[in-house]
Amino acid sequence: MGAGGRRVAADGGGGRTRTLSRNRVPHAVESAVDIKTRAPAEKSVRVRRVKATDIPQVVALDQQITGIGKAEYWRDLYARYGKRRLAERFFFVAEPSGKRAGKNILGFVIGEIRAWEFGSAPCGWVFAMSVDPDTRLHGVGKSLLDAISFEFRKAGVSKMRTMVARDNRLHLLFFRSQEMAAGPYLQLEKELD
Amino acid sequence: MKLQVSTRLAIFALLHLAGRPDEQLSVSDIGDKYGISSHHLAKVMHALGRAGLVRAVRGARGGYQFSGNASRTTLLDVVQLFEDWASPHAISGIDGRTNEAWALSKVVAEIDEIAQATLGSITIATMLKLIDRRRHEQKRST
Repeated sequence: MGAGGRRVAADGGGGRTRTLSRNRVPHAVESAVDIKTRAPAEKSVRVRRVKATDIPQVVALDQQITGIGKAEYWRDLYARYGKRRLAERFFFVAEPSGKRAGKNILGFVIGEIRAWEFGSAPCGWVFAMSVDPDTRLHGVGKSLLDAISFEFRKAGVSKMRTMVARDNRLHLLFFRSQEMAAGPYLQLEKELD
Repeated sequence: MKLQVSTRLAIFALLHLAGRPDEQLSVSDIGDKYGISSHHLAKVMHALGRAGLVRAVRGARGGYQFSGNASRTTLLDVVQLFEDWASPHAISGIDGRTNEAWALSKVVAEIDEIAQATLGSITIATMLKLIDRRRHEQKRST
């Protein structure tokens, strides 16, 4: 964070970060589709549905970033978001397009369409997103967010939400750069004695 | 939340210059657009120059040019050049000796943290995107 009188710099890149359509959403997304062909994305990045064989790379990427290995958590997310109710749940991974495709995962995003929580009309929630630190600032995060936005819109919702820790500048900068702004809700909490 | 005049001028000037990266604009060019006195703006530009955010170009067609990194310079970076945001207490001016003052300062600190997180998450590039979107919307509605 810059301070007074000094040259200042922020960072940008991938981010991490979590509602149902008014009607039932159509079962339009197959289990493995090249989202790139339908949603705007960076040319060098291909975004597709996650596969079981991707999960070890997802676990490794998350561990690299958070420092915490949570293999069971990610396997559970794969079971819930990678295999079931796929018209409203989206677990996508980004990989290099072309020759190296399928070799390594550059990042991932998970979200779903949820309705009426907190009195909110149906909207898309992005609740997990991560980009390989070595490939940040190359449009991977944007491609992932574009792909999931495209699916949210296709499923009939017109709003996308996420939640970011106030002190997580990297993720805040990323989502802001994607034209996301503060919404109408305030998150509240308390310590339970 | 109220920003000082200098802070607002600095942000306007930076957005104006960053949106025209190939041009050199004089203090009066920028001042005329926003109805600001050249004298006041000159001081602001000087502070921005010291921070490395603008560069003075000499010559017949001289003026100021944006020299920062639009994708990496946040509104908070600019605000901190002109506002005293050292600590929540410094901002609120609240003395925390009484419980009432402590409770009020806790609320003010919360507001301050949110303001800082917001300003720290918006870059000059993001602001230019917002301005561009507004411009397109205005064009479409006319």
